[in-house]
Amino acid sequence: MITQQSTKIEQIHQDIRAEHKTHVEWKRRNRTQTIEYMIHGIFLLLGLITVGCVLLITVYLIISGIPAIRQIGLLDFLFGKEWASTASEPKYGILPFILTSVYGTAGAILIGVPVGFMTAVYLSKLASPKVKSVMQSAVSLLAGIPSVVYGLVGMLVLVPGIRKIFNVPDGASLLAAIIVLAIMILPSIIKMSITALDAVPKEYEDASLALGATPVETYFKVSVPAAKSGIAAAVVLGVGRAIGEAMVVMMVAGNVPNMPNSLFQSVRFLTTAVSSEMSYSSGLQRQALFSIALVLFMFIMLTNAMLNFFLKRERE
Amino acid sequence: MKKMIRLMTVTLLTLSMLAGCGNAKATGSVSTDGSTSMEKVIGALGEAFQNDTGISFTYNSTGSGPGIKAVQEGRCDIGLSSRDLKAEEKEAGLNGTILAYDGIAIIVNPENPVTDLSVETIAKIYTGEITNWSEVGGNDAEIVLIGREAGSGTRDGFESITDTEELCKYRQELTSTGDVITTVSQNPGAIGYASVASVKDTVKAVTVNGVAPTEETIKDGSYVVQRPFVLVTKSGVELSDEAFKFFTYITSAEACDIISAAGVVPAYGE
Repeated sequence: MITQQSTKIEQIHQDIRAEHKTHVEWKRRNRTQTIEYMIHGIFLLLGLITVGCVLLITVYLIISGIPAIRQIGLLDFLFGKEWASTASEPKYGILPFILTSVYGTAGAILIGVPVGFMTAVYLSKLASPKVKSVMQSAVSLLAGIPSVVYGLVGMLVLVPGIRKIFNVPDGASLLAAIIVLAIMILPSIIKMSITALDAVPKEYEDASLALGATPVETYFKVSVPAAKSGIAAAVVLGVGRAIGEAMVVMMVAGNVPNMPNSLFQSVRFLTTAVSSEMSYSSGLQRQALFSIALVLFMFIMLTNAMLNFFLKRERE
Repeated sequence: MKKMIRLMTVTLLTLSMLAGCGNAKATGSVSTDGSTSMEKVIGALGEAFQNDTGISFTYNSTGSGPGIKAVQEGRCDIGLSSRDLKAEEKEAGLNGTILAYDGIAIIVNPENPVTDLSVETIAKIYTGEITNWSEVGGNDAEIVLIGREAGSGTRDGFESITDTEELCKYRQELTSTGDVITTVSQNPGAIGYASVASVKDTVKAVTVNGVAPTEETIKDGSYVVQRPFVLVTKSGVELSDEAFKFFTYITSAEACDIISAAGVVPAYGE
């Protein structure tokens, strides 16, 4: 009788304990879920900060860039050949800056892409692992050098060098800017291209080699075409870096708002047009500088859109 | 969970403290804002003032235009301008007090044999009428004109003294005195202008109308390429006690030595 009773009590205790256990578990799960939600919320907030910044900058640029364009007139602004912002009769034509930025970037791509591309093919396909690791760290180091250092070296070595080699009165020119920019965009081109080339399935190359193609034929006729959208993305990334660079071109290009008619002319880029005059500007001049920034922003948006397009195609 | 809340509270508190710092106008300090050319002299004065009185001193190197604007908008105590105030700035209620005179040196590369130029010749060179050094007694080499960016106090001073406003045909427009000096020292055909105080041995300052830029010649006015360093204040608005102390300190006879040591010619004392 007693034992029967005690087993019953035991049974009840067990039930209670079990129930308590599920309750605790339920509570714990509930708490975990709340934390999950909270963390989710925090991450969302942090993500929104970035989006918010982009939106803020875009809206701000458009709002502060439009008035001057309206006052000067879009065609006069974009296609005017003369910039004299502090003259008694100010002229605000930014065609010299636009053309300089376009030529400068194109020149840098023309020099930087073949060099960077060949380096990438060599490092990805031909180099021994030892050489590859040394050269890759050198490339990373090149990417990490601050732009002001490029500018300084350009100013003290490249500019006098151009003056002596080409026998021109002064070396600060479009050419100097192109050369420095070409070197600056090398790391991004090399790194992106290597990633694209490394991602080419080995079977493709094996098949080509098995069919009797030489290794070099294989790399250029199989690997490179297979990686072409990645390489195109690398080029666009280089364009973006070159067009947005200000510090370096300010130090080596001479900064005079000339139309870029010759490689040895002193020129001013879109970026430097904004930065060199911003500190002293006022009134319409300042508004016009914002408009230049807006034009530059459009250019960069365009390159980014192109980059996204190529990257998307690569993924497919 | 508790930890996180605690962390967030701490962050919030820290942020609000920082915000508080930004709002409260620091008491017991003098803020100046303006001409990059005045950096050396105002820095030396500020340091001496800080040592003598214990009142802290700040200088924001922005340029004459922004400095004048900062006083107007009440963002600093004293504005620093390396040019005379314009008529419309005076009309807007600003007062200028000349602190010192700064000579603008005309600099060439040390290899250049030219040692003297007249103001007219300098104007002709900068407007592109004379393009070769041989025309002024130098080597047969093209003259490379180095200048400052539009809006710079030095450029404004140079162009107004030589009467070449909007006419200069620059080969390079650089954004600092240091850049001008470096560029001229790198190019045998270059000519540039820079504050006398910052001229180094790497370049050669030519004599103008036969007068070398020295303290005496700038002070007695015989060296003509010179401009005033102006302290800008707002009329009708009283300076804070500290700013007033600073103002009287730097315009006193004792400050003269510091001003001369910085390479410019004091306007007060002696």
